[in-house]
Amino acid sequence: MSNWIDIAALDAVPQRGARLIKTLHGCVAVFRTAGNEVFALDNACPHKNGPLADGIVHGKAVTCPLHNWVIALETGEAQGEEGKVATYPAKVAKGRILLDADFLQQRAVA
Amino acid sequence: MTQKLVVIGAGMASGRVLEHLFDGGADFDVTLFNAEERGNYNRIMLSPVLSGEKTYEDIVTHDADWYEANNVTCHFGTHVTAIDRQAKTVTSAKGTVAYDKLLIATGSAPFIIPVQGKDLPGVITYRDLDDTNAMIKASKAGGKAVVIGGGLLGLEAAAGLAERGMDVTVLHLMGHLMERQLDEAAGFLLRRDLEKRGITVKCRASTAAILGTDKVEGVLLEDNEGLEADLVVMAVGIRPETRLATDAGLEVARGIEVGAQLQTSDPDIFAVGECVEFDGQLFGLVAPLYDQAMVLANTLMDKPEVFTPKKLSTKLKVTGCDLFSAGDFAAGEGREDIVFRDPARGVYRRLVIEDDVIVGAVMYGDTADGNWFFGLIRDKTDISEMRDTVIFGPAYQGGAPSDPLSAVAALPRDAEICGCNGICKGEIEDAIAAGASDIGALRSQTKASASCGTCTGLVEQVLAVTLGDDFVLPTAQPICSCTEMTHEDVRRMIKSQELKSLPAVWQACDWKTPCGCHVCRPALNYYLLSDWPLDYEDDPQSRFVNERKHANIQKDGTFSVVPRMWGGITTPDELRAIADAADKFSVPTVKITGGQRIDLLGVKNEYLPAIWDDLNKAGMVSGHAYSKGLRTVKTCVGTDHCRFGTQDSTGLGIQLEKALWGSWTPHKLKLAVSGCPRNCAEATCKDIGIVCVDSGYQISIGGAAGMDVRETSLLCQVPTKEEVMDVVKAVTQSYRENAKYLDRIYKWMDKVGLEWIQEQITDLDIRAALVERFDLSQTIYRKDPWAQHVAKPAPYEPLATLTLEAAE
Repeated sequence: MSNWIDIAALDAVPQRGARLIKTLHGCVAVFRTAGNEVFALDNACPHKNGPLADGIVHGKAVTCPLHNWVIALETGEAQGEEGKVATYPAKVAKGRILLDADFLQQRAVA
Repeated sequence: MTQKLVVIGAGMASGRVLEHLFDGGADFDVTLFNAEERGNYNRIMLSPVLSGEKTYEDIVTHDADWYEANNVTCHFGTHVTAIDRQAKTVTSAKGTVAYDKLLIATGSAPFIIPVQGKDLPGVITYRDLDDTNAMIKASKAGGKAVVIGGGLLGLEAAAGLAERGMDVTVLHLMGHLMERQLDEAAGFLLRRDLEKRGITVKCRASTAAILGTDKVEGVLLEDNEGLEADLVVMAVGIRPETRLATDAGLEVARGIEVGAQLQTSDPDIFAVGECVEFDGQLFGLVAPLYDQAMVLANTLMDKPEVFTPKKLSTKLKVTGCDLFSAGDFAAGEGREDIVFRDPARGVYRRLVIEDDVIVGAVMYGDTADGNWFFGLIRDKTDISEMRDTVIFGPAYQGGAPSDPLSAVAALPRDAEICGCNGICKGEIEDAIAAGASDIGALRSQTKASASCGTCTGLVEQVLAVTLGDDFVLPTAQPICSCTEMTHEDVRRMIKSQELKSLPAVWQACDWKTPCGCHVCRPALNYYLLSDWPLDYEDDPQSRFVNERKHANIQKDGTFSVVPRMWGGITTPDELRAIADAADKFSVPTVKITGGQRIDLLGVKNEYLPAIWDDLNKAGMVSGHAYSKGLRTVKTCVGTDHCRFGTQDSTGLGIQLEKALWGSWTPHKLKLAVSGCPRNCAEATCKDIGIVCVDSGYQISIGGAAGMDVRETSLLCQVPTKEEVMDVVKAVTQSYRENAKYLDRIYKWMDKVGLEWIQEQITDLDIRAALVERFDLSQTIYRKDPWAQHVAKPAPYEPLATLTLEAAE
């Protein structure tokens, strides 16, 4: 069963933008699309570890700022390239961004 | 049996007749007379000869080898004085020649207005190469020229003479120039363009007399105004040259009357070209003459064909100004106008509509869509469905905007591509199928674009459509896969439809993705903020991270911080503050940049607002080392210290940087000011470079020292600092308004031409308007982004910091 924890207000992340969540095991990027969906991914491009949170968000994808790899937010897969970013459950409820606490534990064991 | 064909006149029409005859293997023994001392040449191209762009050799269509190869007996410089129809002979100074068939192609003679002084030396017409050479010779002495007649020929003469350094005045009887081809508004634009080149234009000016005793000295107008003149060019019109035909007793009205096979009232005598009258019509443009030539050649080869005059459009290049007109564009009851104007670019389009059908079109400045409008007029297409967008041309029709190639692809095979030579798309396709794979081959095989050349782009597009990937044309590329539109298309839409937000652009331009991509969004964001500085709110999410976070991202995700050092000048206090910041934030690398300032590399994202705050407190602002905008103005020490400096280059550099900083441009913009031609600031490889000289400031643009290395081209020289400021602001603004996103100035200059940019800058009204728009935009954007972000540091901080414990 999911263990949703409240992270922040939705409006703390700009539309078509991202913010970082610091964990003991590196940063997770939380993305917000134009349609107010949120996605959580590791903040490291599979190519050269580029900070995805600094990329341009378009549709349900983000373009890495270092070398323009395009990563699908839903799957974490790089489009047209070999590579995948870890994704974590995230959702919006009552204007708040919620993440599944279990992902932290997964990251801890990993 | 071989027949004897005698041709009187070697013009564009008779030359074409002979080509068709020899190509068709006709059995004729040809004798060719020409009053001019030369054979066939392309008369349309006399203007480039006058202006010096081409030589006579460039415009010869048939040379001595061609005549010899086809066994043509040539008598050039020989007037035919009589035709004896009974004996079937023609007589000239060289004797008498017998004919089986005779072709009269005497063309036209310039109309001379019957005023006092018309025969004075120094009064010339503009009709043939001799006239052209006479003008070139007269212009060598400089002085003043008066051109009587503001039609095509008169204006070409005026422009050519002005190009050769004469002080030119054009007199035109009517209210606006080229009144038969243009309406008043387009005539005005043409006049303005000519005046920009220093040509004086007087409309409603009627010539009373030409003054002078031994040679021309001036022109007197009906209203008693007198104009000095060392040369008078009479270009008021032409009339068919019919004297020989009249003397021979042929039927002659205004021109030599011919039937549909171009035969005169004598069955063995034919006439072709400007000297004929068919069905009450005279012919002056080259397209119907070529049609006549084809019909006549077939007639002579016993392949009966009928000449039918076609509805014509006029697409002309007058002295570098593109204009187009077709159909009937007079205003009238029941007629409505659709007008599009882009005053800054000097573009004007007007469509005249009657009962949902376009009956006339006038275009000035941008005539690319002329053929499409002409097709709508000719086919009487009902335009009620596309009325809202028809003025924007074929690229905006049919729901989805499409690229020019698909418009060409959609043309039927019988669509005319080359108006001069009457070449249809089908003929070009056939030639391509037969192996012609470039424009040169197509020209020689089909003649498409071989006369006036204005359809060259269209012919290339047919090539591109037909050959597909095999043809490498620098075609207009869409911005990205989100759209079919090019950068230029989108900019045009943003301005003409007043699109002031990203969603408005996506909607109006039919974007295929919901919110663009990393390629198009930064471009659109730039176009919108550049075109609507007061209305559009910059969208940080549509900017590359460097411009969003006002620092340069490095490969490990850290950033570099570069404070501005105006003109490369710093102080011990500033240096101390930088050193302190570097210590406090453990900056791993401190480097001097090529733009004369200091780079702090390796700063962590979350420290950015704090380091900026420290630098702000020491009086420094963002150096925009990360932006598609003004970067640095590099200077040398100028007159302050240098033994050679001619002006205060450092002061000017600082003044420029303070005026320009914060502005966004299509790509990065680097300036430099050197205090003397030794050029220690390396100004001649910058986007805009200023080199100080004793008499003022040389401003040059379009340099580069990156992937491409380019030397700047001189834009202008000005005497004062104030003018430097205005010129630099104006050229920057023109670049902002017109260049494609991510084109440096040199790429933009390659597209629009240095000359065009110079025109913008030298016209003081345009310059002032550009400066005003630049200053207006700077009221919004000349602000320190670091100070703004220090006040709102949230985006640089983590959204949350989660520990394992918190999760448990």
